[in-house]
Amino acid sequence: MKILKKIRIAIAILLFLPILLYFIDFTGKLPMQLHVLLKIQWIPALLSLNIIIIGTLLLLSLLFGRIYCSTVCPMGVFQDIISWKSRFFSKKKKKFGYDYKKPQNLLRYSILFLTVITFVLGSSFLVIQLDPYSIFGRIISQLFLPLFIWGNNILAAVLSGIGKFPIYKVEQVEFVTLAFGISLFFFLLISVMSWFRGRLFCNTICPVGTFLGLFSKISNFRITINESSCNHCGTCQKVCKSECIDSSNMSIDHSRCVTCFNCMTVCKKSSMKYEFGYKKAVVEVAQKPANNSRRTFLITSGAVVSTLTFANVKKQIGKKDAMLNRKPIMPPGATNIDHFSAHCTGCQLCVTKCPMQVLKPAALQYGISGIMQPHLTFSTEVFCSYECNICTTVCPSNALKKLPIEEKKLAQLGVAKFRKDICVVYTDEKDCGACSEHCPTQAVKMIPYKNGLTIPEVTENICIGCGACESICPVRPFQSIYVEGNTIQINAKKPPEAKKFDKKIDNFGF
Amino acid sequence: MKRRDFFKSATVVGLATILKPETIASNNSISVQSTPDLVAVMGGEPDPMLICAMKELGGIGKYVKKGDIVVIKPNIGWDREPEMAANTNPELVGALVKLCKNAGAREIIVFDHTCHNWQKSYENSGIQKAVTDAGGIMVPGNDESYYREVDLPLAVNLKSTKIHQAILDCNVWFNVPVLKNHGGAKNTISMKNLMGIVWDRKFYHGNDLHQCIADTATFHKKPALNIVDAYRIMKSNGPQGKSDSDVVMLKSLIISSDFVAADTAAMKMFTQVQPTDIKDVRHIALAEKLKVGTQNLEKLNVKKIKMN
Repeated sequence: MKILKKIRIAIAILLFLPILLYFIDFTGKLPMQLHVLLKIQWIPALLSLNIIIIGTLLLLSLLFGRIYCSTVCPMGVFQDIISWKSRFFSKKKKKFGYDYKKPQNLLRYSILFLTVITFVLGSSFLVIQLDPYSIFGRIISQLFLPLFIWGNNILAAVLSGIGKFPIYKVEQVEFVTLAFGISLFFFLLISVMSWFRGRLFCNTICPVGTFLGLFSKISNFRITINESSCNHCGTCQKVCKSECIDSSNMSIDHSRCVTCFNCMTVCKKSSMKYEFGYKKAVVEVAQKPANNSRRTFLITSGAVVSTLTFANVKKQIGKKDAMLNRKPIMPPGATNIDHFSAHCTGCQLCVTKCPMQVLKPAALQYGISGIMQPHLTFSTEVFCSYECNICTTVCPSNALKKLPIEEKKLAQLGVAKFRKDICVVYTDEKDCGACSEHCPTQAVKMIPYKNGLTIPEVTENICIGCGACESICPVRPFQSIYVEGNTIQINAKKPPEAKKFDKKIDNFGF
Repeated sequence: MKRRDFFKSATVVGLATILKPETIASNNSISVQSTPDLVAVMGGEPDPMLICAMKELGGIGKYVKKGDIVVIKPNIGWDREPEMAANTNPELVGALVKLCKNAGAREIIVFDHTCHNWQKSYENSGIQKAVTDAGGIMVPGNDESYYREVDLPLAVNLKSTKIHQAILDCNVWFNVPVLKNHGGAKNTISMKNLMGIVWDRKFYHGNDLHQCIADTATFHKKPALNIVDAYRIMKSNGPQGKSDSDVVMLKSLIISSDFVAADTAAMKMFTQVQPTDIKDVRHIALAEKLKVGTQNLEKLNVKKIKMN
């Protein structure tokens, strides 16, 4: 039955590699359609209410156990790679070093429960921070992608020095302290856990793993031990990265089993079988319930509720410039703040795919709940491109609804606010017009001022809040024109067209 | 500059006549004498108009020598299709690359410091394809590391700036702008196009845009020619344009080595479509004041050609 493990590894690699490369691909060479691989991730599918995928995933779990965890989830496969690598560094040269451990039921069910409850109460905080797929996206985009860009840029610099341009320098990922810190924390936590204890993260912290465990407990196909042929050698127990096989009692905690088939591969007696085993399950399920979990739950939920209220009350008071207190600018397709904050898992896919690099993970702009959710920040020549709708097409959780390019051109992310008293035309009495020059809809238009000078004027209902004006305004550090985010993204009016010129010009004019 | 050029050419021609008398026909030296200061062509497609104008100017061989590294600087500022006239006409750029190639150029480099995403702009403007098809190469202008500091001793505000290494290191370069209305500079022609060879444009907007544009035109390494694309022009809502109502077909081309003359002629053509006071395009007069060139077309040898 070694074939089962091989199939598992093959599927895992087939799904993991494209996802990994898709997140790392800063050149845009990979097909954008790869994002379908992310639509089959649990939390994105759940949040986008994709009934077909949810149904399929549930059915698969009921039939075959947690194959999502062992093949589809990139965070899971990432852990398998780490724990596999750890064997090469093991001092004792023992091949495997796992042992049966009791389940952390208190912890895992509390986390699952809390995640669900807080989400229902309106905070995505735990969903965002604990969704394994999104954690993976953040680790890659915040920690690994910058290394690749760095390498690319060194190479590009060397080559351009000798006048060759086979590759180009790419703008480095902007450093957002909070996003980097959280990603690093989870990277270290998960790496250490999987290095020493295999799938410990999946079976104690990951809410998706715990949730699927409820199904794999009663799944149709499951690993079973043939009691008559088993000689309690414990080999299976040592290779079980979920630490869920108790060889001496010949019992398997199916809620933690991720169906990796490692045990079946090593059993010399062929006592391990993957078979239809529903009947046995009913007997085994009589595990002791998490009796202490209520207390933990109350404590933790108290803490969470208080942070929630804190998050909602949060206001930055006392900063001097209006720009610092502006409302955050959501990516196109977010439609409104409620939809966006309830659906976005902060996986950073749109951030890595944004060719303008205008999308960045938020720190506290959306409050504590929205840490890691993307928002637009403008800097010199960094703004939302008029002709681009990539972020709306790749979002796996439907937090950003797909907008055809013509609709995206009208989606008002925010509105430009012009502050005449600091504009260079007013202060220096010199022509500038950089904002209007960059405005794709001419919502920012130059109107006659004095002495042949022109000064910007904003027509708010055709402004789409792309930030081109803010990005180029020479007044710094606080621009004289900036974008105030919309909490509800309405449609801007179509900009009026110029009058057509249809006379024929036959003269040079000089 | 003109006189010096003339003497140089005359000497070369003279020497050539002595050394290889049979190959030099007398009409060649005459054409040198009567080389116009400004050529304007109307009524053709970009490719034949360029060939026609270059013939009047004494042929591409006068500017590009065998083995030269040539740079062409079109306007590729925006992620827009060619029909929007936001960027220089790709056929014109392609035709120029071909001419340079035929003249024996070793390398023909095309770039712009774009306003929109550079890869999208290069691609959607059609210029990338036109250039690579004709045998030129596109290089990026999106990173400060490609730029080197240059002093502009004759400038008023912009005393020094960073200019793209391609321009600094080439043997000869051509400035190939498109004629457009412009929200900030009123109009953008050959001098405004120079903002695509520099790195820090924010300085311009903060320190009297027009003076800085005129200052850039004092840069000592001048383009061999300013080739103003007026095949399609953008009459309003420049520099990006909103729709094709902003675009007017003029099927014209203006070429001069004189920045000010080229821009003046282009303005005179433009104002027939969209009445604009050339005085409002202040950098033209400011550049004249810095002795970059002349607005007085009467004084120049202007050649106007209508094609059918």
